Amino acid sequence: MSQELQKNSIFKVIGASSLGTLIEWYDFYIFGSLATIIGAQLFPSDAGASALINTLAIFAAGFIVRPFGALVFGRLGDLIGRKYTFLLTLVLMGGSTFLIGLIPSYSSIGYAAPILVLILRLVQGLALGGEYGGAATYVAEHAPANKRGFFTSWIQTTATGGLFLSLGIIVLTKNLIGAAGFADWGWRIPFLLSILLVGVSIYIRLKMHESPMFTKLKTEGKVSKNPLKESFNNKTNFKMVLLALFGATMGQGVIWYTGQFYAQSFIENTCKVDFNDSRYILLWGIAFATPFFVVFGSWSDKVGRKWIMLTGMLLGIIFYRPIYQIFLDDTDFTQVTQQDIQSVADPLVTRTPIEGTADSLISTSARVTLLSGASYQKIQSHIEFKEKGKAAAVQPDQLKDKQLSTAVFWKFVALVFFQILLVTMVYGPIAAFLVELFPTKIRYTSMSLPYHVGNGVFGGLVPFIATLIASYSGSTPLSGLWYPIGIASLSFIIGAIYLSNKKPAETEA
Amino acid sequence: MNGLKKGLGLFWMLLGPASIIFMFLQAYEKVGLAAEGVQKTNTALQWGIILFIFIPISAGLVIFGYYALKGEYDQLPSGSEEQKG
Repeated sequence: MSQELQKNSIFKVIGASSLGTLIEWYDFYIFGSLATIIGAQLFPSDAGASALINTLAIFAAGFIVRPFGALVFGRLGDLIGRKYTFLLTLVLMGGSTFLIGLIPSYSSIGYAAPILVLILRLVQGLALGGEYGGAATYVAEHAPANKRGFFTSWIQTTATGGLFLSLGIIVLTKNLIGAAGFADWGWRIPFLLSILLVGVSIYIRLKMHESPMFTKLKTEGKVSKNPLKESFNNKTNFKMVLLALFGATMGQGVIWYTGQFYAQSFIENTCKVDFNDSRYILLWGIAFATPFFVVFGSWSDKVGRKWIMLTGMLLGIIFYRPIYQIFLDDTDFTQVTQQDIQSVADPLVTRTPIEGTADSLISTSARVTLLSGASYQKIQSHIEFKEKGKAAAVQPDQLKDKQLSTAVFWKFVALVFFQILLVTMVYGPIAAFLVELFPTKIRYTSMSLPYHVGNGVFGGLVPFIATLIASYSGSTPLSGLWYPIGIASLSFIIGAIYLSNKKPAETEA
Repeated sequence: MNGLKKGLGLFWMLLGPASIIFMFLQAYEKVGLAAEGVQKTNTALQWGIILFIFIPISAGLVIFGYYALKGEYDQLPSGSEEQKG
């Protein structure tokens, strides 16, 4: 009976912690997913200072502020406790997300709009930096050592769940309101909705008790007086912080961001697959793969964390290029012959004057449907010069808004599923792995920093650096993959050589 | 294995500054290539943030290499403090 009660209690702890963390991820992701619409509403249409503020909002929140949030809230969590700290991060995240939904447009309040976005985005980044370490530590400190991987893996599902929820709510709201209404005012709904989700989560978290390990430390008067100093000024602990970063979280971060973000971005922007199709592929991939966080978390309790995480990295290193080559090959319609075409819709011709000249760009756009069921928009264009006798300059054909045949769609789902499966291998066991590296009194601070540097910096930079590499002369669309492959390789080597494969049974007293 | 851990320590110590030099060169090139005006400032801002974040990380890699060279990772603790106790 008491075992049953204990089991119920741990699932309450997991439920309450996971719900809050899921909402925090949801809040963080909706900004990214709606960045274009937010840009149109809250930023002036010309570039100028607003473009800089936009860059800062996206870059600073993701890369600078998250590690600082880890330090600020990690310290607080080790000083006053896990419960109140991650309650505070939830309030900050929910409040700032709700307020983003209330900011008047640029046309109403001018530059105050983008500046307010920047401030609230920074608060979001700080809050996220503090949340994850708290939730993972809180759950781990309630869990029996031989089930730490299993219980903390539920927290690990929240990052993917938050992305799924944000995409789902955005798609649903857009379909209910219509594209025009969504772009005008409907985009605010996902932000405003956050306050309800956060309200429920705060109510649940308020009913929770402090972690038993932290309570014990407090009772014994052993709480750290200066967690930052003890974490980073103490060689025994600092060397483990560095090992956690270079041997695990750095590689885990790039595998995570490649599977969940770069894949969708590549399919949409490089392969030119239709907006909805590219999101549905990701949604299905996430839906099928998410249970494996728990599978690998649980398995790591039996075989240790190290080799599951490193195998995930190694498979990414080996298979990324072949997978992305398939994405490219299967969406390449440049070799389509007349026999492959089922129908071509009536073309739409548009004439766009070229600013500062008397010339015009003439575009002919037509929807081509293939016998396989795939379709795409073919745009042929040329510049018509006003000057008599000057031949029209023909532009290269563009193929975009590609819709995949059913077979290729599910093939892409399988390939994205495989990438997210690798994410579950590296990410499922990592909370337990990090928790076990550091002592209770400085755990929140010590584990939060490598986690957020690995994920926020190394992982978060995957789209930026991959795009940068792909822009070099002589590069191919696959060249950008060298960044995640290179970082994952480095992390794999360091992890394989320096990490030990502790099993809970061996580490627990 | 401990010999390999120590030997590679020197490599990590060299990799830290090498990566920073590489990033500085990239930043210089990319900012130089950007069009004058907002785009240039924007590119400089992005690279400024990247360097600001990566310099301490590279310093961390040097320290990691130093610890490895000194044999600090030859024998890792079997678990966190309480677990040992």
